Amino acid sequence: MNWFYFASPATFYRLAGRMAPGCFALAAIFAAAGLYVGFLVAPSDAQQGEVYRIIFIHVPAAWMSMFLYFVMACYGAIALTFNARLAAMMARAIAPTGAMLTFVALWTGAFWGRPTWGTYWAWDARMTSELVLLFLYFGFLALANAFEDARRGDRAAALLALIGLVNLPIIYFSVLWWNTLHQGATVSFKGTSMHVAMLTGMLLMALAFWFYAIGTALVRVRSIILERERRSQWVRALKKGS
Amino acid sequence: MSAAAESSFAAGFAWAIARDVRLAWRHPGEALLVIAFFTLVASLFPLGVGAERELLERIGPGVIWVCALLAAFVSLPALFSSDYADGSLEQMTLSPHPMPGWVSGKIAAHWAISGLPLTVLAPLLGLQYALSADTLVALVCALALGTPVLSLLGAACSALTLGARGGGMLLALLALPLFIPVLVFGAGAAEAQAAGQSSAAHLSLLAAGLILAAIALPSAVCAAIRIALD
Repeated sequence: MNWFYFASPATFYRLAGRMAPGCFALAAIFAAAGLYVGFLVAPSDAQQGEVYRIIFIHVPAAWMSMFLYFVMACYGAIALTFNARLAAMMARAIAPTGAMLTFVALWTGAFWGRPTWGTYWAWDARMTSELVLLFLYFGFLALANAFEDARRGDRAAALLALIGLVNLPIIYFSVLWWNTLHQGATVSFKGTSMHVAMLTGMLLMALAFWFYAIGTALVRVRSIILERERRSQWVRALKKGS
Repeated sequence: MSAAAESSFAAGFAWAIARDVRLAWRHPGEALLVIAFFTLVASLFPLGVGAERELLERIGPGVIWVCALLAAFVSLPALFSSDYADGSLEQMTLSPHPMPGWVSGKIAAHWAISGLPLTVLAPLLGLQYALSADTLVALVCALALGTPVLSLLGAACSALTLGARGGGMLLALLALPLFIPVLVFGAGAAEAQAAGQSSAAHLSLLAAGLILAAIALPSAVCAAIRIALD
């Protein structure tokens, strides 16, 4: 087995094409199951009533916004250390989905905050650091597209992603380090203080977001590969074949 | 060998500081413009929000910090771009001095030209905002620890955007979000002092950030310059 077989854009293009529909199908199944559990099975919250059901979008989106940044920075590190073209393209392909999910986390958070805290926005440590994450995604996208030479943009943006990585622990631990409005973590590796059905719905939705993110990244990386390799033999052959 | 490498690191550092400070000294206009900008922006706030003494005392540290952030940011494009444009940056990378040495020297010179004058000038602005003596001391300490971090972070962003389209605004998008933690702890130090608490916790965090940034960021700046010169 050659581990670098799929590191070539030409072979990965085909693999991504085969994997993406499966990811979207899994995302749809998990989302349907998660929404069913979230809306019909999970009980109302004792204090918040029905409003808490925003959790099924808010928490998975916030988790994925941080996780995708981490994955993007890892691809950036691989791209810089091994000068790997495909890794840099993957980092670029992940960024828009990450930015979108960060925005969703902030937006749903505002809608959740209004009825429960009485405000759409507070300058609380976790919200502020999540907002910084959104700007880091924007900065990554702007820097990656700011150069005539696409490879130059790849490498500069990868380095920026690595510098911005310091923000992730700040977001993650912000509810522990500062005692502010946003509540602490309910779910941890040691266990949870939630109702089982609530937790199941949330985890199902997290899986749905995860597969959606993989699917969109694969579709996007396919178009990036085609754009970069448009002058190569295999893309021309592909064009003739279709 | 290691002694020789150390001495050439120090030599490169000293060479870069002397060169950039001398360049700034020969064209004092640019550095003075940054200071004028800092003072002017800080004077706009009392006119805009009203000059009640309690209000000014309350917002003073934050306003002065935001002005320091903006001043550090407006002087950033000059850090590498003129050397990049006329090719001297490439010649410096070919010099026998190790790269982190002269890169750190250039960053230190940037701080000496932009951050240091602002730190010295801050008590005067603080008096305009009716800050007490204790708060002024905390503010100056916080600026002395925080502005070098701004120079280090800004140098990395400035090197990353060398040769990019939309340079200035792009630099703002990259640098200002990274400046936010420094702003939070820097303004927090003076505000804690003004509220009658100790500013030690904020100052310790700023010092820790400075040590971390001084260790990690020069090599990131070197990597960014290498990417730009590739």
